[in-house]
Amino acid sequence: MRITLRVWRQPGPEAQGEFRTYEAPEVSEDMSFLELIDAVNEDLLEKGEEPIACDSDCREGICGMCGVMINGLPHGPSEGTATCQLHMRKFQDGDLIEVEPWRAAAFPVIRDLVVDRSAFDTIIESGGYVSVSTGSAPDANEILVPKSASDAAMDAAACIGCGACVAACPNSAAQLFTSAKLAHLNLLPQGQPERWDRVEIMVDTMEEFFGSCTNHGECEKACPKEITIDFIAMMNADYVKSKFKNRRRLGQKKAG
Amino acid sequence: MQLNSSVPPGPIADKWENHKFSLPLVNPNNKRKFDIIMVGSGLAGASAAATLAELGYNVKVFCYQDSPRRAHSISAQGGINAAKNYQNDGDSVFRLFYDTVKGGDYRSREANVHRLAEVSVDIIDQCAAQGVPFAREYGGLLDNRSFGGAQVSRTFYARGQTGQQLLLGAYQALCRQIAKGKVEMHTRTEMLDLVIEDGIARGIVTRDMLTGEIRSHSAHVVVLGTGGYSNTYYLSTNAMGCNNTGTWRAHRRGAFFANPCYTQIHPTCIPSSDEFQSKLTLMSESLRNDGRIWVPKQADDPRSPDLIPEAERDYYLERRYPAFGNLVPRDVASRNAKSMIDVEKGVGQRKNGVYLDFSDAIARDGVQLITEKYGNLLDMYERITGEDPYKVPMRIYPAPHYTMGGLWVDYNLMSNVPGLFVIGEANFSDHGANRLGASALMQGLADGYFVLPYTIGGWLSGLLNTKPLPVDHEAFRKTEAEVADRINGFLSCRGSRSADWFHRELGKILWNYCGMARTESGLEKALSEIPALRSEFEKNLRVLGTNEQLNQSLEKAGRVADSIDLAELMCQDALHRRESCGGHFREESQTEEGEAKRDDENFTYVAAWESQGPGHAAALHKEPLDFENVALTQRSYK
Ligand SMILES: Cc1cc2nc3c(=O)[nH]c(=O)nc-3n(C[C@H](O)[C@H](O)[C@H](O)COP(=O)(O)OP(=O)(O)OC[C@H]3O[C@@H](n4cnc5c(N)ncnc54)[C@H](O)[C@@H]3O)c2cc1C
Ligand code: SF4
Ligand code: FES
Repeated sequence: MRITLRVWRQPGPEAQGEFRTYEAPEVSEDMSFLELIDAVNEDLLEKGEEPIACDSDCREGICGMCGVMINGLPHGPSEGTATCQLHMRKFQDGDLIEVEPWRAAAFPVIRDLVVDRSAFDTIIESGGYVSVSTGSAPDANEILVPKSASDAAMDAAACIGCGACVAACPNSAAQLFTSAKLAHLNLLPQGQPERWDRVEIMVDTMEEFFGSCTNHGECEKACPKEITIDFIAMMNADYVKSKFKNRRRLGQKKAG
Repeated sequence: MQLNSSVPPGPIADKWENHKFSLPLVNPNNKRKFDIIMVGSGLAGASAAATLAELGYNVKVFCYQDSPRRAHSISAQGGINAAKNYQNDGDSVFRLFYDTVKGGDYRSREANVHRLAEVSVDIIDQCAAQGVPFAREYGGLLDNRSFGGAQVSRTFYARGQTGQQLLLGAYQALCRQIAKGKVEMHTRTEMLDLVIEDGIARGIVTRDMLTGEIRSHSAHVVVLGTGGYSNTYYLSTNAMGCNNTGTWRAHRRGAFFANPCYTQIHPTCIPSSDEFQSKLTLMSESLRNDGRIWVPKQADDPRSPDLIPEAERDYYLERRYPAFGNLVPRDVASRNAKSMIDVEKGVGQRKNGVYLDFSDAIARDGVQLITEKYGNLLDMYERITGEDPYKVPMRIYPAPHYTMGGLWVDYNLMSNVPGLFVIGEANFSDHGANRLGASALMQGLADGYFVLPYTIGGWLSGLLNTKPLPVDHEAFRKTEAEVADRINGFLSCRGSRSADWFHRELGKILWNYCGMARTESGLEKALSEIPALRSEFEKNLRVLGTNEQLNQSLEKAGRVADSIDLAELMCQDALHRRESCGGHFREESQTEEGEAKRDDENFTYVAAWESQGPGHAAALHKEPLDFENVALTQRSYK
């Protein structure tokens, strides 16, 4: 099939960007979307134009490295699918496809389709862990975890940190990402000792970078791992409680 | 040069305990005086960096992705082994040790493997405490499954995303140390060379992938956890960015490369669909528990599978291996699939697959049960191929997946270059000639959480009150200049072909001659074609743009150059090893039944290759292997 691509080209972080149009006359429907970009890039190189910069690594929907807006939708039209798993059979002969980077103040464009998502790492660094140093753990079966808790924690832990939720949100909020990590840890017995500190610091850190949530729910639709917004509700409830609990525990706060 | 494996004396079960006791300690106040460079943030690198920082060392970590959480370890699906014996089915440290030595076809170092089995149990404790959401039973205890043909259930798993969850656990531990200032994280930063002075590793030279800045980093010790080299084949199950630059640059600076020909080809991957295919997707091995593998009896059969009657199908694994059937080990399953395609019995449009058929299982157990067990895998297959595996048999074919070879290390995980340690898939140490399923995650975390943090102290304790070499030292300046020259070489070549083109060509050579089955004449052919490809690369590569920007074709060019060189060494090693063992199958060396035949008398050694510089054949050093605890036997699956 024949596909026309309108791709955002921006040489560097400070540079002006623009859309440029590329024709791909022979696209096989077995190709993945990123393989189409590869093919266009081979073509550009031959013609002497610099290839489109575009991130990907695992190409199996698990590392979270890929992610672009495809016709205005984060990761494109298929639900529960990362950009790298999208195949051209979802498109039709003659289609025009517009490709853009994530658009969010917290994710500045580095080049073309590549953005800087390091704010996500900063949120995890603020408290997205259980403080257990290597070698100090008890036997694994001494911590009983109800299967339902473990399954729900796994649902949340499936987040790949791609940033589609932020890109989809009209306010560029990162509630879905942050709440997924909080739910993963806070649903498990291992996460309880630091639960209230964790929710307070992670939410506060998130707010330094990202917009506020006004319950549009676009994030859930865009998420390639189908993370549910129920986790946001849980985070909000915990956050309110944490303000109270942490104040009561003043004086015995963790040393950091 | 004599290779000293530094394996401690004493009975196998006591070696590690005794060794830990005899290793010099670095006292807590002194730890903060030592700087460590860690290249790689996969399971091995992240777990080691976090642990070393917890102990008090100053660690600098490097990775090429935009976040340490994205390392290739994230894509491991199946699970991680540990000798917990929670299922009370007769597992033990010794059994895991025994299975691993045997599975590796008696080409690994016994002492390392035993240590791996010992610390496996601590890994599960550590990960569970971190909040890794392992699968549970209804009573709240950890669940296990049997994996890759093992006769006990010792595999721990987190749905089909075990690698992801273990890596996130290690990444989160790393983040905690980043926040405390004990780890300095350098993302999108590629190590492009190792710096040696006086025969000792002093630091590395990196390129900032966003700005092109070439920079030196110096430390008391350098650790590589840069992963494996399956991507030399171009098409593999590894992530796009996986590369062998870290290990290859170290090799060029003096580190020995051990057993490069030991590569693992995984039997159940989705066959490639066209020329543009960029990578292959692994389908979990567990599918072989219920799916039946077959091809049409008639060569070049044009019929669709539902029109081929039962009597005209060849369930070749069940026919050839009545005892194990579809569950034969990875290497046997892979070679048999190849033999079917070689006689034109391949299926699918490109005749490059064999069927994996669930229709009998669905008829027997019902759609619901099959969906429960394999639903997400079958969905993934449909997403990629557009075919519904509940109705049409899946098509599968083997693909390069894991590399057992790697930089040579001693028992302490130190390479032959003092001050250079190598962990995870990047080293050669524990899997011999074949790795068992669910053992790579175990090894990466064993090295990172429980082995390196001890053994590195042995090296550092000798360096107390010394400073790392300053980065303006001549040795750093010279290496920086060499790195810059190499980059300029790629940019100024101005030929007509992309780095990807060369990578694809290299992949074809390796796959044809150094893939599932190897012959003397094929390997010789590869050894004449690879240098020809290299000179074409040097003349005809095209990289546009500059160094001072994000330039993905430039990154690729450097990686492909190093892959071409390593591919040559893989073929040289495969040619010299005139026996079959594990993943290395030499057609000249097989039993009457067509199984791999080892030559223990002549080849019970580790082949460690020393670089003699570009354009010169590497020199071979041998580390003899002794088997005192496991008797050498021929594998048989009939
Ligand atoms: C699809 C798939 C499924 C698998 N499933 C299983 C399984 O179920 N069980 C199992 O036990 N094993 C499995 N494996 C194998 C296992 O995942 C790997 O062997 C293991 O994760 C390797 O970990 P590592 O830390 O050594 O390297 P990696 O995870 O590959 O990490 C390498 C790190 O090095 C960095 N790096 C590399 N080069 C450079 C450079 N030049 N400069 C800077 N940084 C660099 C990368 O950025 C990365 O951080 C699977 C493998 C694949 C491909
Ligand atoms: S919540 Fe979903 S969309 Fe957001 S980062 Fe995680 S996986 Fe991506
Ligand atoms: S490239 Fe890894 S999720 Fe898409």
